[in-house]
Amino acid sequence: MTGSLLDFWLQHAPVLSVVLPMLTAVVLLLIGDSGGMAGQGGAHDDAPLRWRRRIALLSTALGLLMAAGLVRHAADGDLLVYRLGEWPAPFGIVMVVDRLSALMVLLTYLVALPVLWYAASGWDSRGRYFHAIFQFQLMGLSGAFLTGDLFNLFVFFEVLLIASYVLLVHGQGRERFRMGVHYVVLNLVASGLFLIGLSLVYAATGTLNMADVAQRVAVLQGDQQVFAQAAALVLLVVFGLKAAMLPLYFWLPGTYAAASAPVAALFAIMTKVGVYSIVRVHWQVLGGEAVADWLLPLALATSALGVLGALAAHSLGRLVAYLTVSSVGTILAGVGLFTSETLSAALYYTLHSTIVIAGLFLLVELIAAQRGECGDSLRPAHAVREPVLLGVMLLFGAASAAGLPPLPGFLGKLMVLQASGGLAAQAWVWGVVLGVGFLTIVGLARAGVIVFWHVQPVVDDGAPGSSANLRAPVWAFMSLTVALAVLAAPVKRYTDAAAAQLSVDADYVRAVLGADAPPSTRPYDGQRAAPAQEKQP
Amino acid sequence: MSMEFLLATGVGMVTATGIYLMLRGRSFPVVLGLSLFGYAVNVFIFLMGRLWSNAAPVLVGEGPLADPLPQALVLTAIVIGFATTGFVVELALRSRHESGSDQVDGHEPTGPRA
Repeated sequence: MTGSLLDFWLQHAPVLSVVLPMLTAVVLLLIGDSGGMAGQGGAHDDAPLRWRRRIALLSTALGLLMAAGLVRHAADGDLLVYRLGEWPAPFGIVMVVDRLSALMVLLTYLVALPVLWYAASGWDSRGRYFHAIFQFQLMGLSGAFLTGDLFNLFVFFEVLLIASYVLLVHGQGRERFRMGVHYVVLNLVASGLFLIGLSLVYAATGTLNMADVAQRVAVLQGDQQVFAQAAALVLLVVFGLKAAMLPLYFWLPGTYAAASAPVAALFAIMTKVGVYSIVRVHWQVLGGEAVADWLLPLALATSALGVLGALAAHSLGRLVAYLTVSSVGTILAGVGLFTSETLSAALYYTLHSTIVIAGLFLLVELIAAQRGECGDSLRPAHAVREPVLLGVMLLFGAASAAGLPPLPGFLGKLMVLQASGGLAAQAWVWGVVLGVGFLTIVGLARAGVIVFWHVQPVVDDGAPGSSANLRAPVWAFMSLTVALAVLAAPVKRYTDAAAAQLSVDADYVRAVLGADAPPSTRPYDGQRAAPAQEKQP
Repeated sequence: MSMEFLLATGVGMVTATGIYLMLRGRSFPVVLGLSLFGYAVNVFIFLMGRLWSNAAPVLVGEGPLADPLPQALVLTAIVIGFATTGFVVELALRSRHESGSDQVDGHEPTGPRA
């Protein structure tokens, strides 16, 4: 029984990671949501809410297990290729699990489970259908990481974006709707540009299958090559907007600061979808030549401006949001250097920064909840009720975000510095990464001093401290951070292998298209193939 | 030549109009701009499958066939665009309800150009 279940999973693993959250979301929709009565003391609504929480948590935990299974399978270096509907590769849609995509799916679930736990302590009852939309978001994220088809990537982008639109305004309020309109309009424009980029790729190569495109871009000549370069640059704008790269990050701080804490924490992974897409599409599929001149300078400038924003932030939420921008800059610098070693370092840093920032977003709300009407804004207020506990948590997160040893932030930055040694841009990378680290410490120290030391005496209103259910997810993120430092060697070996795997296109193409890929007639010329090769309807 | 010119300028003009409208301050022109931009993008996808005349759209009879894939892509893009436009209209309505202003920024502009 167990054996056959494992076989079934192995056979369908890539698609199951997408189908599971989708089915869960449908079940959650069927259970229904009468709209937050439990939050206002409506006892009759408790039972369905409890069931929704249980189902969502169970499904996410199962998703985490499956993601861990994917990583374990991918670690051997075998590519798992899943052809939907058994259509042969360049015609049908494929899903491909390589080391990078398995790692990103695992990261998604590692962030999602504690966040869901946190949300299940109250946020989920402040609006309708939180759990269902959350699962749709996971579906979009997993799909975007696992797909091997460019148009399919667009579709999963839309799935995760539509879910994120709804999650962003969860809890409602004027500021959320205002930022929501900005966020949705910007992302719709980006979707339009995404389609333009994709159709340029199609015009140049006649295919949208990633492996097939990678094979053809290499041999393009003349006009077609210009088409492919234009496509690469248009797509860089799209992914740059998602990743919050200069000059496209201005939407992020306001949006993330306006979102409810669990949603902002989940959104920590959303910028990484942009980073992943840049790695997948620009690194592997289209080749880095077209964007190489742009990516590194923009990444370093993003990092520097992000941290300046953090210094100037007037609330803790915006501070953490700016740290997100800054960390994306550091990651993209590793990607933009276009060597295997720097990419590996950037992947390690991605893991760390996503986890730390998600934890910080949750922590900010714990702190804000104890500062009365001052909330998370950075001005003197009365002291928090649990200064030692929250202070140590913030110190821990801050030290890791700033990159102090022995936390993984330090290891990640050290890896980026080491990997960039000897390259032409070394001086710039070292200067920016170290300077940003220093300014991050200054910014977070300023915030810590205002929140914990520059205080009026605590007002003892008899209110309880933060509940254990809210603290536990923050502890979970911190334990993950420590685990990432303790397990740095195996994790780094894995990211090394993942980066190396991305650099060898031939294996990827062979795995997806088959060893004896037939000579194709694309770009499409309108002439029918010989009957023997004709595609059966 | 004339057909290419007509379609290229058409897509360009619709895109320009859409972008102009998107840069307006009120949410209604912004939504209109998004829709126009969406139309331009859809036609653009279609054109990237090259222009075909006298070619069957699907596998029937003899003779050359128009590229069928962009049609499928456009169909997907239209469906998604329709859903997201619906969502942004609803969101803009709620935002107006919450803030009491149709401005994208949630408040009426102040100053000489108001």
